[in-house]
Amino acid sequence: MKLLGDLDWSAIPLDQPIPMIASGVVALGILAVLGWIVASGRLPYLWREWITSVDHKRIGVMYCLLALVMLLRGFSDAIMMRSQQAVAFHSMGYLPPEHYDQVFSAHGTIMIFFVAMPFLIGLMNFVLPLQLGVRDVAFPTLNSVSFWLTATGALLVNISLVIGEFARTGWLPYPPLSELRYSPGVGVDYYLWSLQIAGVGTLLTGINFVTTILKLRAPGMGYLRMPMFCWTSLASSLLIVAAFPILTATLAMLILDRYLGFHFFTNEAGGNMMMFVNLIWAWGHPEVYILILPAFGIFSEVVSTFSAKPLFGYRSMVMATMAICLLSFMVWLHHFFTMGAGADVNAFFGIMSTIIAVPTGVKVFNWLFTIYGGRVRFTSPMLWAIGFMVTFVIGGMTGVLLAIPPADFVLHNSLFLVAHFHNVIIGGVLFGAFAGYAYWFPKAFGFKLHEGLGQAAFWCWFIGFYLAFTPLYVLGLMGMTRRLQHYDVPEWQPWTWVAMAGAVVILVGICCQIAQLWVSISRRESLRDVTGDPWDGRSLEWSTASPPPAFNFAVLPDVHGEDAYWNMKQRARQEAAAEPGYEAIEVPRNSPTGFVCAFFATVMGFALIWHIWWLAIAGILGAWATFVVFAWRDRTETEIPADEVARIDRANRTARLGASIREAVT
Amino acid sequence: MSLAEPIDPNRVGELGLEGGEAPGRGLGGPASTRIVVGYGFWIFILSDMVMFSAFFAAYAVLADATAGGPTAKQIFDLNNVALETACLLASSFACGLASLAAGARNRLWFHVAMGLTFVLGAGFLGLELKEFAGLAALGDGPQRSAFLSAFFTLVGCHGAHITAGLAWLLTMMAQVFAKGFRADILRRILCFTLFWHALDIIWVAIFTIVYLIGAGR
Repeated sequence: MKLLGDLDWSAIPLDQPIPMIASGVVALGILAVLGWIVASGRLPYLWREWITSVDHKRIGVMYCLLALVMLLRGFSDAIMMRSQQAVAFHSMGYLPPEHYDQVFSAHGTIMIFFVAMPFLIGLMNFVLPLQLGVRDVAFPTLNSVSFWLTATGALLVNISLVIGEFARTGWLPYPPLSELRYSPGVGVDYYLWSLQIAGVGTLLTGINFVTTILKLRAPGMGYLRMPMFCWTSLASSLLIVAAFPILTATLAMLILDRYLGFHFFTNEAGGNMMMFVNLIWAWGHPEVYILILPAFGIFSEVVSTFSAKPLFGYRSMVMATMAICLLSFMVWLHHFFTMGAGADVNAFFGIMSTIIAVPTGVKVFNWLFTIYGGRVRFTSPMLWAIGFMVTFVIGGMTGVLLAIPPADFVLHNSLFLVAHFHNVIIGGVLFGAFAGYAYWFPKAFGFKLHEGLGQAAFWCWFIGFYLAFTPLYVLGLMGMTRRLQHYDVPEWQPWTWVAMAGAVVILVGICCQIAQLWVSISRRESLRDVTGDPWDGRSLEWSTASPPPAFNFAVLPDVHGEDAYWNMKQRARQEAAAEPGYEAIEVPRNSPTGFVCAFFATVMGFALIWHIWWLAIAGILGAWATFVVFAWRDRTETEIPADEVARIDRANRTARLGASIREAVT
Repeated sequence: MSLAEPIDPNRVGELGLEGGEAPGRGLGGPASTRIVVGYGFWIFILSDMVMFSAFFAAYAVLADATAGGPTAKQIFDLNNVALETACLLASSFACGLASLAAGARNRLWFHVAMGLTFVLGAGFLGLELKEFAGLAALGDGPQRSAFLSAFFTLVGCHGAHITAGLAWLLTMMAQVFAKGFRADILRRILCFTLFWHALDIIWVAIFTIVYLIGAGR
């Protein structure tokens, strides 16, 4: 038995300059940041206040940060693909096929699992308890475990850049290509274990949020008084609970095939590879609604706030959300109409897929009617929302086209499909995440993001998106299939140049966003918001200080209707609110459980990828021991004394009162 | 419209939701920790059942894919399965006794009942391993055919849950021994009993769909 399993020096791709340089730069960057943290003495602060934090706001911020960092990684994959296709006419370009295959597989995997998911989960984490008027999520320590397990998955994907390789199978590893016979390397194993570990984190988050929304709400916050974002987060979390276990089971079957010679999806011994495709899409289609529903919620909040009107058709919005939640489980087969399930089956799934456009249409009209007659402020969150409405409707219509089986037979596996899903994921999910980022940033940090750079970023993304993806629709109709490393059709090349130009414009947009963050932090004093309510908001998160204190609310708010905080403000202007009686508040103690557990999960995942069995067992035992140690502790909460609560809350009340008096005078 | 009145654009208030602590509609503020923990664990169990349903679906698809190997009828020994079932259901009964003992704060009976739960659960596991080892010795292991892959995975996944449950059970016994019936430990006992009973539900489905239907065909 080898002590290090299959791991040896040949795992490090010293002969391939691109991954070595890329990972060298990343490693230097990480070392520089770590060195700066240690040298400036911030390590204890980081450990105490962030890494071991179980505060939903801190965890939410860390999720968003993880997503932004991974967005850079995923985008660099994207720009490599676009530049490869721009030059690869009658030539091999600069990326050899085995590397190009890893690039597009990593791009899809990273963008879905480590950008879109953590970004939205981060925003949900930060906002949900604040909007519900409570002090934390249902299971704060579990929340920290979820985050760190997601980070473990991201870490393993990045380790594959240096040690070994990543999958070459696309973002969903269809067998038999992903079976051991055709993918003997560790690439698919990196994919499988990073997703299994991150998937556990996501599932725990789903359970946490469902419990939070259904069982922890401020007094008077009935279901039909919850802000729209809470409803869409509930729908999304329910889908996580119902769909992610299918992913876990499916990937477990592939793992058993690869590690122990089982025959779930193999060519021989009765294996059924189409079962993988069915199972993975039984998770995969709900997954796209897991991503888009929270974004719908963000747009609802943004549109209503910046139009200074209650959301139009609140109840129909709730109905539409829950209808999408159910319908999302009845359309999975449209991802493989060409499998040959027969006309009846295809017709059923085609019709179901077009039906799901109906509740989505209801939502779009509701947003439009919310804007209609409102006093609209065109801030950057609102720009993202309007850009979304235009872009998403186009993406939705190309989706309805693809939902028609005969059209799908022509267009499937082409760049038309690639353009369609980028149209809905960028135009829907990513624009939503950026809108939420700009909208809730002042709540998280107490100062606004620089508005000019934010608007510049929006226009670059918006124009860049159309430049990059409209050509892909055309190329798809011209017959160009997806995932081509090189081609020899001269008519295609001009369109790939346009797409490349679009990617460059998006790159400018990303640079604007980085600059925006930098400029906003350095000018934070002039961008500061002392009232905690910079946008004249309508829901409860705006009724507390920015950044909110550890306990969120000094006294749990009492809710009397929809748009809870808007109503409070209206009433407060008539009757000067009396100071409440402050009491001591218990908040959960910080705990390194999540971080330590993720450390052992990383060890376990790495060991399993490289078949280092003793280390894998050590990792599992370590994780179990971590939980036992956590379960053994005697004090689970710390108390914030009433005086301290009063001091923090009075400061906020004074600032808020001053602002409302200034407003009354002007 | 007077601003002193709560603004309620959709007239939710007219549905009788206003005021009071209507249970189930969640107007009474956050639920107690015990309810939150139990509820959250229920949601976890639901997700676990979804995972099992994927393995059941795979088994249903692959049940006839024997690839020239043995069929379900040839390999299932219903006597062994009956004994397994008896062990597991009896361990669930013992687990129920343990939760009664925890409710009565009786440490002695709690440990006796949990010990009994452990012995019966371990007995179940031993019988299952005996069945697996017997099949593997005949060359009918999970690598033989897709049917056997699906069978070993579905039943083995339940067995893995039982194994994890036994480790949890011992941890709970040690915790009660060291710390007594603290509120958070009682909540964990609640979750453990939910888990253990839910595994019975899964087993009843396995017993029916895998063993009874398999042996009957």
